[in-house]
Amino acid sequence: MIEKDLVVIGGGPAGLSACKVALDAGMKVAVFERSFLLGGQLVKQTHKFFGSESQYARTRGIDIAKILIDELDNTDLEVFLNATVVGLYKDNVITVYQDSKYFKVKAKSIIIATGASEKFLAFENNDLPGIYGAGAVQTLMNIHGVLPGKEVVMVGSGNIGLIVSYQLIQAGAKVKTLIEAAGKIGGYQVHASKLKRLGVDIITNTTVKKAVGDGKLEKIITVKLDDSWNEIPGSEEDITCDALCISVGLSPMHMLLSMVEANMAYVGELGGLVPIKSCDYETSLAHVYACGDVTGIEEASSAMVEGKIAGLMAAKHAGFIHPDYEKLENELNNQLCILRQGPCGEKIRCGLKKVGEVYD
Amino acid sequence: MIKYNLKESGEDMRIDEHPILIFAKDKKIRFTFNGKEMFGYLGDTIAAALVDNGIMEFSKSVIHERPRGFYCAIGNCGSCNMTVNGVENVKTCLTLLEENMMVENDLFEVIIND
Amino acid sequence: MIEKTGVATIEMIKSKFPKKEVLTRPKAIIECYTEIPCNPCSTSCPFDAIYIGNDINQIPRIDFDKCTGCSSCITACPGLAIMVAMIKDGKAYFKIPYELLPLPVRGEKWTALNRYGEVLDKPCFIENVMVTKKNDRTAIVTVSIEQPYLYDFVTVGKKL
Repeated sequence: MIEKDLVVIGGGPAGLSACKVALDAGMKVAVFERSFLLGGQLVKQTHKFFGSESQYARTRGIDIAKILIDELDNTDLEVFLNATVVGLYKDNVITVYQDSKYFKVKAKSIIIATGASEKFLAFENNDLPGIYGAGAVQTLMNIHGVLPGKEVVMVGSGNIGLIVSYQLIQAGAKVKTLIEAAGKIGGYQVHASKLKRLGVDIITNTTVKKAVGDGKLEKIITVKLDDSWNEIPGSEEDITCDALCISVGLSPMHMLLSMVEANMAYVGELGGLVPIKSCDYETSLAHVYACGDVTGIEEASSAMVEGKIAGLMAAKHAGFIHPDYEKLENELNNQLCILRQGPCGEKIRCGLKKVGEVYD
Repeated sequence: MIKYNLKESGEDMRIDEHPILIFAKDKKIRFTFNGKEMFGYLGDTIAAALVDNGIMEFSKSVIHERPRGFYCAIGNCGSCNMTVNGVENVKTCLTLLEENMMVENDLFEVIIND
Repeated sequence: MIEKTGVATIEMIKSKFPKKEVLTRPKAIIECYTEIPCNPCSTSCPFDAIYIGNDINQIPRIDFDKCTGCSSCITACPGLAIMVAMIKDGKAYFKIPYELLPLPVRGEKWTALNRYGEVLDKPCFIENVMVTKKNDRTAIVTVSIEQPYLYDFVTVGKKL
């Protein structure tokens, strides 16, 4: 059985940031990633990032991924790609599935940075081919250079819906419209303005009632919603399209933590089921830490900072004190406070309060 | 046998020019889908190459046999599972295309014990 | 309405512009209306003309006396929400961020778009297109249009 000081599950912004700090603290680290490349969802983020310099603001996500990966060059990090962690056990053992084989790894500490998956939306024929998660479309067009369709409708006006719509236009697709069930746009105003000035209408109080098509999507039927989210009869409209992107939020990928019976809580503001964790990011299981979207849906900027804190703390509790421990601890917590300070951070602050964290 | 809506050529959904990205199209890769010859590029996942070749239907739902397409692209949803080189249930969204790969819709019978 | 449509009211837009007398020199117009955690406009400014402060959620405040219209902030803004405007000889000149293809070419005539994506009655002229490594794939396009469209123009649409 492979033995490590630290196993990091998930090679996205949180996981890679955790690896870096833990390696700097002197730990022997392995990272397990389900995909064939590291970087998580950063590898398809073609836009420049928000935040401040410490979170690589104004750098494109694709380039942030490169920075995080380059930082791990010439370290002892052991990287397992195409490696799905399928089991987590109470004696800090994980089971990994790679190349049609299963193997076990034991670690002094484990950091869960599994991220999130896209939520789905219930409507008639929502399984028709041509209906995609917005993130999947981003993968398809920004990693592989393949468009999902020529005429696209986006559902959901959070940042992902707004950004992916803009990126569809950059890739040469036509975004016919963006619909949003709530009464106002969910994401940043600047993203919405960018779309609107290119003539994409953002239609609020509207949802998908039904998808229509023979074997694949041909059109959707939308319906208006009243203030109590009830459908308004007679307000149906047809929109022809060959792709529909669903961008209605993300859910933390809690499955490993749930299977090992960590203390969990369902917190709507955080996107779903999240682990209860200490201020050192330790879950209810000793030496099992969690960071990034699996502990609550936020921007990648916060995930990177959380990853660093988790790495720092996992190292500390295993007896590896980072040379800049105190400076880093202060700085990182301060960065998180600032990122979560404004009105955009209200939801996450409220959610974190429910799992015992306080941001004032 | 399912009837598939096949376009004649690949490259249909390929992005030619992009303001931010450059897509390497260094090496063409031949593969077959349900026996039909198709082409993708080195670095494509099987799923991306299929979408480019106009394939929308990746699998069928177990009970009602409803067509299912590519959905999540992160290995989560199972909609894109196919038989690759005889191995069933391969996540085509996370599997890179290789020369002469044989890709097929999963055709095995699913037994459900209700 | 901006939270419903993504379009600011004319009063909001005008609040981001300096007085017309000041626009005889190029000045940055920062169309950032809501608090988001972001500060590259401020940190990129070589003249300390844009202030955000420690709480990066604050809306940027610009000092038009210090702003030289140098356009550093245009490509730093991740929201593509900054342009530089100037008035000269009855024409409004803009430097805008542009991340679409095809890129305009100097000397071309393009349709001008307002914040609703509507085509304005008068076209705009491409005065210059700047693509530099530092700007990281965000082109800066300089256009001119008749001065009455100062508060309407936001980007270019199609080549005419």
